[in-house]
Amino acid sequence: MNGSPLRRIGTGWLLVLPFLALVVALFLGPIVNILWLSVTDPEPGLGNYAALVTSDNLVGILWTTIRICVITTAFSVIFGYSIAYAMVHVAQGSRNQMLSLLLVSFWISVLVRTFSWLMLLGRKGLVNETLVNIGIIAEPIEFMRNELGVLIGMVHYMIPYAVLPLLAVMQNIDGRVLSASRSLGATGQQTFWRVYLPLTRPGLVAASLLVFILSLGFYVTPAILGGGKVLMVAEYISVQILVTLRWGTAAMLAALMLFGVLALLFLMSRFMKLSTIFGGAKA
Amino acid sequence: MIDGAVSGGLRLKALTKRFGSFTAAESVNLDIRRGEFLTLLGPSGSGKTTLLMMIAGFLDITEGDILLDGMSIAGMPPEKRNFGMVFQGYALFPHMSVRQNIAYPLDVRKRPKAEIEARVDEMLDLVQLQDFGHRLPGQLSGGQQQRVALARALCFAPPVLLLDEPLGALDKKLRVEVQDQLKDIHRRVGTTFIYVTHDQEEALSMSDRIVIMQKGRIEQVGTPEELYQKPRTRFAASFLGKSNFLTKDGALYALRPEKIDIAPKGAGQGPNRVSGTVRAMTYFGSVLKYDVTVPGMDEIEVDADAWRGGAPLAAGAEVDLSWSDAAAVRLERD
Ligand SMILES: Nc1ncnc2c1ncn2[C@@H]1O[C@H](COP(=O)(O)OP(=O)(O)OP(=O)(O)O)[C@@H](O)[C@H]1O
Ligand SMILES: [Mg+2]
Repeated sequence: MNGSPLRRIGTGWLLVLPFLALVVALFLGPIVNILWLSVTDPEPGLGNYAALVTSDNLVGILWTTIRICVITTAFSVIFGYSIAYAMVHVAQGSRNQMLSLLLVSFWISVLVRTFSWLMLLGRKGLVNETLVNIGIIAEPIEFMRNELGVLIGMVHYMIPYAVLPLLAVMQNIDGRVLSASRSLGATGQQTFWRVYLPLTRPGLVAASLLVFILSLGFYVTPAILGGGKVLMVAEYISVQILVTLRWGTAAMLAALMLFGVLALLFLMSRFMKLSTIFGGAKA
Repeated sequence: MIDGAVSGGLRLKALTKRFGSFTAAESVNLDIRRGEFLTLLGPSGSGKTTLLMMIAGFLDITEGDILLDGMSIAGMPPEKRNFGMVFQGYALFPHMSVRQNIAYPLDVRKRPKAEIEARVDEMLDLVQLQDFGHRLPGQLSGGQQQRVALARALCFAPPVLLLDEPLGALDKKLRVEVQDQLKDIHRRVGTTFIYVTHDQEEALSMSDRIVIMQKGRIEQVGTPEELYQKPRTRFAASFLGKSNFLTKDGALYALRPEKIDIAPKGAGQGPNRVSGTVRAMTYFGSVLKYDVTVPGMDEIEVDADAWRGGAPLAAGAEVDLSWSDAAAVRLERD
């Protein structure tokens, strides 16, 4: 009952302390360990990081990763935007159905989804077989085992992640503001570009960040759909750890990704409040 | 006048709106004169917003027609109608500054920059927000936001301005202030105002004419004075002001509380007189309100002038109530 607020905060901390300790030990601990590895293995110093400028191979991999992530983000967010828009504007019943479908796709393992694409678009997949059999094409189209395949798989996997933050923002938009725009003489298109799109910007930023960051760590999809020809950072790291045993390089790349993501978040936070982005609240 | 509106006469012909089997507006016939301040007054759910949204073009018409200066505008999309609209809750664009908000209707019409700037300045003057042009709506008080919404809706000189309870979110004192400003702006721009409210005082003090609505139908139309002095139905009499109801010779009469004289028993005079007992007296400063029980009648409410009406009568006092023949208005229907 009585007792200063400070005292109460103190008790609160006591309650969460065990979990806090657990998080620090199990989460921050390994991260520190990796940072440590990246500057000590195979020998102390910044040699691992120097490879970033000296090794063409590494630069190529990073470039591929960033390119694929950017393209994936762009397409996922565009598709996600249309889906979220449709979900907000259909009747309540259909919206619930669409939402369940969206959530179901979260539960299907990435492995299953990736292999379904192989069966659908592979050289002997459904689409190519059909097209060849009815004679529209002579040779199977190379959908898979290249960057296109990786992109198809990744965009497909990421769309639900783009939809959710966009949906949250769109549901919060006051319909009267859009009516106001119409009553002031703006056509539907003008209303979309000048009012609707700017109002959904926090959702766009959140969706882009989310998809981009998740894409950076993608492993299974590029490995399978890229057919070994498209090497992204995550796969490269695993090769370093499991095959070539250059743990220092792997740790360096992991650290690089970590700092890259943090830097991205920091940059974004300079432009808008992160809490409004992730809270999905009004701008 | 700033704009010298050249049009703005509206005619609603048997306008009907049904939502499924529910009729929200039923066969509304109304002539709205160019430049007038017309108020739609009615309780919640009486169809005021529905009517306004049909005029604005946001709701399809089930039956009937809307004519603007003689031409049908039914089926025309809202952005083509060129009607200004002030929404309940203002609906300002939160991501645009006050200036950008006001400039919006001209922007989307692709008018030249210089013209827009000049017009926005003029509008800021009109609503007295000269120093607030660069703020975002979120940084304004409710009353200021209301004025931005008004300036934005008037910026493109619409022939008709539709206002849906624009003062609903303001506190009492501010409301009265903004009412005066609104009235003044109406005089200056000469636009037809169609104003929705469920506040009877607001309707009485601002309107050229009032439309009393109930259950999707028009109950009565007239100037504030006509409606107050000559209500035609029980609903009109009780919704606009207060009223006692009497039956005499099988007809129903409305009798305003302030038109009844109250005097100690035996002192009453006049053609219509009844005797009763004061059940309660309430003091309102300028007015004393008496609730008087009269045998064989409903309780009668009397408003007496506190200054000229003599000494207050206490609860329990035996009194005479009297009124002139003209004071009781015969109603057409219940
Ligand atoms: N889209 C709709 N679907 C079904 N019924 C509706 C719809 N819009 C309005 N109504 C009904 O029509 C009637 C009139 O509504 P309207 O909004 O016009 O009332 P109002 O007079 O503006 O009330 P208020 O003063 O509360 O704003 C109400 O009973 C309402 O429930
Ligand atoms: Mg309403």
